[in-house]
Amino acid sequence: MNRIKQKLQEDKKILSIYFTAGYPKLNDTVKIIQDLEKNGVDLIEIGLPFSDPLADGPTIQASSTAALKNGMNTALLFEQLKDIRKTVSIPLILMGYFNPVLQFGVEEFCQKCEEIGIDGLILPDLPLDVYQDQYEAIFKKHGLINVFLITPQTSRERILAIDAASEGFIYMVSSASTTGAKNGFGPEQTAYFERIASMNLNNPQIVGFGISNANTFQLATEKTKGAIIGSAFIKHLTQNGTSGIAEFVTQIR
Amino acid sequence: MSYHADEKGYYGEFGGAYIPEMLYPNCEELRQNYLQIMGEPTFKEEFHHLLKDYVGRPTPLYFAERLSKKYNTKIYLKREDLCHTGAHKVNNTIGQILMAKKLGKNRIIAETGAGQHGVATATVCALMGIECVVYMGEIDIARQAPNVARMKMLGAEVRPATSGSKTLKDATNEAIRDWINNPVDTHYIIGSVVGPHPYPDMVARFQSVISEEIKSQLLEKEGRENPDYVVACVGGGSNAAGAFYHFLDTPEVGIIAVEAAGKGIHSGESAATSALGKVGIIHGSKTLLMQTPDGQITEPYSISAGLDYPGVGPMHAHLYTSGRGEFISITDDDAMKAGLELCKLEGIIPAIESSHALAIFENRKFKEDDIVVVNLSGRGDKDLQNYIDYFKL
Ligand SMILES: Cc1ncc(COP(=O)(O)O)c(C=O)c1O
Repeated sequence: MNRIKQKLQEDKKILSIYFTAGYPKLNDTVKIIQDLEKNGVDLIEIGLPFSDPLADGPTIQASSTAALKNGMNTALLFEQLKDIRKTVSIPLILMGYFNPVLQFGVEEFCQKCEEIGIDGLILPDLPLDVYQDQYEAIFKKHGLINVFLITPQTSRERILAIDAASEGFIYMVSSASTTGAKNGFGPEQTAYFERIASMNLNNPQIVGFGISNANTFQLATEKTKGAIIGSAFIKHLTQNGTSGIAEFVTQIR
Repeated sequence: MSYHADEKGYYGEFGGAYIPEMLYPNCEELRQNYLQIMGEPTFKEEFHHLLKDYVGRPTPLYFAERLSKKYNTKIYLKREDLCHTGAHKVNNTIGQILMAKKLGKNRIIAETGAGQHGVATATVCALMGIECVVYMGEIDIARQAPNVARMKMLGAEVRPATSGSKTLKDATNEAIRDWINNPVDTHYIIGSVVGPHPYPDMVARFQSVISEEIKSQLLEKEGRENPDYVVACVGGGSNAAGAFYHFLDTPEVGIIAVEAAGKGIHSGESAATSALGKVGIIHGSKTLLMQTPDGQITEPYSISAGLDYPGVGPMHAHLYTSGRGEFISITDDDAMKAGLELCKLEGIIPAIESSHALAIFENRKFKEDDIVVVNLSGRGDKDLQNYIDYFKL
């Protein structure tokens, strides 16, 4: 069974961590993954850097720019990850923008992911209808779960369509924002979390955007299956490099 | 084959809406409403009223006698340079500000490169008393000071885009990010036939007034609606889309799109997207764009700030790959020469963007009785410093 699905069956809240591959240093990728697993993280999103990350705020933008400057690219990331399954068993998701995947070749990209042992993809600018028309069969052939996003503005009808198209989990964007923009949750978020919870969707939801510490993690996961930390972890890497990942993770829960 | 957008915003394989879910409600609201709103009699009336009394339309279709003599063909210039604010850009911003009002939006954002679209947006926001934020790359702010000042005088806030390469594509990213963060009250006035559906189609429709006028004006002057060729420069492609629009499905009319070759197509400093681009996704649209083999979007170059966009609108990508359009690229030097020639022969100082279109006559032969309409997309006032530096005036 796909490692993401397996993990989601566990009776616990999921802590997922995002980082940008090739940041802070080009060859930090494997060490970061190993340290995150060792310290009890449940799921990892490996960011494929892109020149024009339009859904990202300044923190992740800067990490992407730096990673590209360091020399990161798709082929190199696959090279870095080729033996990753010899040392870790945590579910791994690649997250990035669609253009680099398109240039690599969608089929070749998915093939590589399967060889390495990647479990899923998050491609925010690959729209639902295009995925279903052109790529779903390829993703499935290679055992990849495609994760879709919903936001507080997503209509009920569209949430149901996304739920039907999903397997694994739904990435629930906590507020109308780019990554890293808001700190903390207000009544608006609580109402949104409750509204989605009451829909009893087939897929569990994992919340992302605006989660940075134990408090926001706890609030985000009251009504959901888990939460994703991105910008806060990137900031930690900026300040500390790859040392102190244990401290970062243990202060979350 | 159709050269117009289909229901999902595709021109052949190009177009669509490759956007993150955060933008879906914004684009969907626009998509569901734009055709209906544009079809409403009150909307049409107000749009045409403003184009006439505020912008100064119809713009003349001028027979350029001395230029025609020199190149031994019949050259007409569509005088978009005479539009209020100095370029065709305002046709689109007038349309979109009315659209924003109909949608109940009270805040406008825009991106700008050289500042022409920023000025055209700030202008219509002043006209309507609506808040306006214009994103502009930090590097462009430094090199386009007069247009920054214009926008400020018109009451707009100019926000520097400091990410990535700090130019037009990054200003566009920042505008999109702003829209993600303000999904309810804000309308994004995009400046060309680029971006996710329905923008390319909507902007093309607003600009199509150019070819609508060409048809009736040519009928009056030549007794026929269709020229043999229509020529326009292509940055994102809005003036070209407007000039081509009503001729797209008339194969007798040759369509010539002129891109900026910069210092030469293979110099590494160019903006000739059709020659150098590959199929990919930029700003929510599947189109031709300049990128690395790894799919990172690269920075184009042209002496003309309005032409250095790393992509082209999906309509143009389709015109190029289908063979319907003839694509030619013109170097900085050839464009500057053609610009100066128009000054000397016709007493018109063109925008450097438009000078690229004018350079067609040194680079391609036309028959003596061909009627060639060149879309003179803007005037050269904004480029004075560039002309001064280039010609050591
Ligand atoms: C005078 C003029 N022509 C052409 C352009 C290029 O834009 P488009 O290709 O959308 O017409 C610009 C852009 O700033 C412009 O100012």
